[in-house]
Amino acid sequence: MYKYDEYDQQMVDVRVEEFRDQVRRRVSGELTEDQFKPLRLQNGLYLQLHAYMLRVAVPYGTLSGAQMHLLGDIADKYDRGYGHFTTRQNIQYNWIKLEETPDILAELAKVEMHAIQTSGNCIRNISSDQFAGAAADEIIDPRPYAELLRQWSSFHPEFLVLPRKFKICVIASETDRAAMRLHDIGIKMVRNDAGEIGAQFYAGGGMGRTPMIAPLIREFVPLDQLITFSEACLRVYNRYGRRDNKYKARIKILVHELGRDEYVRQVEEEFAHLLTQPIEPPLAELERIKAHFVDPAFETGLSDDLDLSDPDFRLWVERNTTAHKVPGYVIATISLKPVGGIPGDASADQIRLMAKLGTEYSFDELRVTHAQNIVLPHVKKADLYTVWQALDEAGLATANLDTVGDIIACPGLDYCSLANARSIPVAQKISERFGSAQKQAEIGELKLKISGCINACGHHHAGHIGILGVDKKGLENYQLLFGGSEGADTSLAKIIGPGFTEDGVVDAIEKATEVYLANKQGEERFLDTYRRIGMDPFKEAIYG
Amino acid sequence: MVDVQFRFRDDEAVNDPAVTVDAFSEQSNATAVRIEPGEDARALLPYLDRIALVEVNFPAWTDGRGYSAARILREAGYAGELRGVGDLVIDMLHHMRRCGFDAFAPDKALNTTDAKNAFERWDNVYQATAIDGRQAIWAKRHPA
Amino acid sequence: MKILTGNDLKSGAVVWWTGHGWSLDVNDSADVGDNGAAIIAREEGVQNVFAAYVVDGEKTDEGVRPAHIKERIRAFGPTVRLDLTLKPSDPAALNWVI
Repeated sequence: MYKYDEYDQQMVDVRVEEFRDQVRRRVSGELTEDQFKPLRLQNGLYLQLHAYMLRVAVPYGTLSGAQMHLLGDIADKYDRGYGHFTTRQNIQYNWIKLEETPDILAELAKVEMHAIQTSGNCIRNISSDQFAGAAADEIIDPRPYAELLRQWSSFHPEFLVLPRKFKICVIASETDRAAMRLHDIGIKMVRNDAGEIGAQFYAGGGMGRTPMIAPLIREFVPLDQLITFSEACLRVYNRYGRRDNKYKARIKILVHELGRDEYVRQVEEEFAHLLTQPIEPPLAELERIKAHFVDPAFETGLSDDLDLSDPDFRLWVERNTTAHKVPGYVIATISLKPVGGIPGDASADQIRLMAKLGTEYSFDELRVTHAQNIVLPHVKKADLYTVWQALDEAGLATANLDTVGDIIACPGLDYCSLANARSIPVAQKISERFGSAQKQAEIGELKLKISGCINACGHHHAGHIGILGVDKKGLENYQLLFGGSEGADTSLAKIIGPGFTEDGVVDAIEKATEVYLANKQGEERFLDTYRRIGMDPFKEAIYG
Repeated sequence: MVDVQFRFRDDEAVNDPAVTVDAFSEQSNATAVRIEPGEDARALLPYLDRIALVEVNFPAWTDGRGYSAARILREAGYAGELRGVGDLVIDMLHHMRRCGFDAFAPDKALNTTDAKNAFERWDNVYQATAIDGRQAIWAKRHPA
Repeated sequence: MKILTGNDLKSGAVVWWTGHGWSLDVNDSADVGDNGAAIIAREEGVQNVFAAYVVDGEKTDEGVRPAHIKERIRAFGPTVRLDLTLKPSDPAALNWVI
């Protein structure tokens, strides 16, 4: 994975001192809150329902054991002993003090971490495939391109005061594991007919209040034009994105209102102009970054055999491991969704344990997924049982990847000042209702996502089953949606009917799974059956 | 008329009143023009050699369109004074300079020590704007 | 009654206007009537407290209960982590919130 050189290190160190000075000017009264708020947001510091919340960046979801270990220590030293992994592959701490934040950022900088641009109207953390560099189906590791874009977007002087936030995702496989088309810019690395690698660009996707799937805007951008083309896309957005209405300010609205063809025309015009400017890094820079992402020293000639006589281990292997590109290795997903637990939360001890396992058994590398789980990307099958036992002892071995128990939930009204309803208790109740491993195995793949308000941080539009919490006359109420998908077959979920109470929505979901099981054909997932038979059988069962 | 608090040019400051973009094309003797956030800087490209001063207005510093306007003018070869006016804040001064601004006339005078720190904060920069004369980190990593 | 809540600038702690100062306990809240905006303007000018806003509350035997669940959660703590709330050992405390 990428390691800072002296330039990268200097940039994060300077940023810490800049923020320390900004805090000083805020506390002294030189800066009002209105002036300070955009500055602290661009250092990841929110004001939430109970306290300041700090969002630390995990660039494209990749981190080392040492970095993960420090995240655990920060939870103990500066917070209340736990952290929350988010739907954008970052980590959040909920009980932070403003006066301690510069020191936290200084500690993070020592392990090459930061909270730069994790909030604010700027380019945010660039996300990627959590199986990058390990999956058998990628054409190339997408992360070097994400790193190139990360550096380009950090403190970019023209794009720090955009109309709104800007989220970029980079993948490099046909299977989309990162919801690429639901981003402001989505990039898929592809090979052209001549066998050259280049970037396919999509723009104008997003969730939030008006979910949209990003249309294709460029089939192929050569590697030596990646930055210039990205700059053209951003400049058109900076100039013409709406600034009159916060809820209409994302690029998806601009692309929708201009129409895809007109947006493309404007980008191509700007691109042609920018090609005359010397703003593109040389390919040598991309090569330099790629050198950090070469394969670790995988052993050869390893056995692919696994002793699956322990039934709990077998279940976990079946559910939570994925084929690795190298024989004898496996990708292991650590579930942060124990039955009845808080999705995405991990205690400081659990975080440090995962760090240790990453260092000892995964070439010192871990990933954060946008489904709020952690991945050990390169585990030798020979070590897998030992890893599982350690996870099991720490409550981290729930065998529920992509099942109804693997719920994505935003923090909701328990933590977030934007929320209308609590999302975590709903997740807990659903998790308990479907707690049996047998039940989960029977239902199979079911991606359930919960948002506590229409800002959709829980990505409910992209859930096979989505739940949206609303405020109905001062009481919490829950709308149910079916049929969303974040994969290559991206679709947006549709609301099924009137909303439910917290218990009501859990019952409704159980009825929905019964309809699915009664109608399932062959190997259909819930999503497939729903797409085939439509909404009506589900509505009849649920509303009677 | 706002005072220019910081200026990075050696020539004499232009003090002609700046006309609007609309009015500019009709007034053949005007040499100073002011761009508002919603206006297209490229409307001025036919007249660049006549212009000695472009003011880019920031009614609110949170409206970042002026950064693109500035870069566009510099990319087109504009060499006159490019002055940021309005709601200018310490923490954006460095970035404004990188986009081509060489004069700053904030509505309210800024703390000069804080401003100096801000202008000089970043020894290195990740990206090339091409118009501020600074070498991006990638250029330092790979000297030609 | 109308009550005020805000955050302490340096620590971020949630605080409630008592009529004389700011308390960590919602039950100390004073009825500000129509003066909420004026109090906020004055207090935020002093920098100690910021992001303050007015909400409805009702008097109870214990003190004050905010009218909306959001401020009750704000006063109490996350309902899913009782150990991090004002009353970690009181299982009935959730009833006050929900």
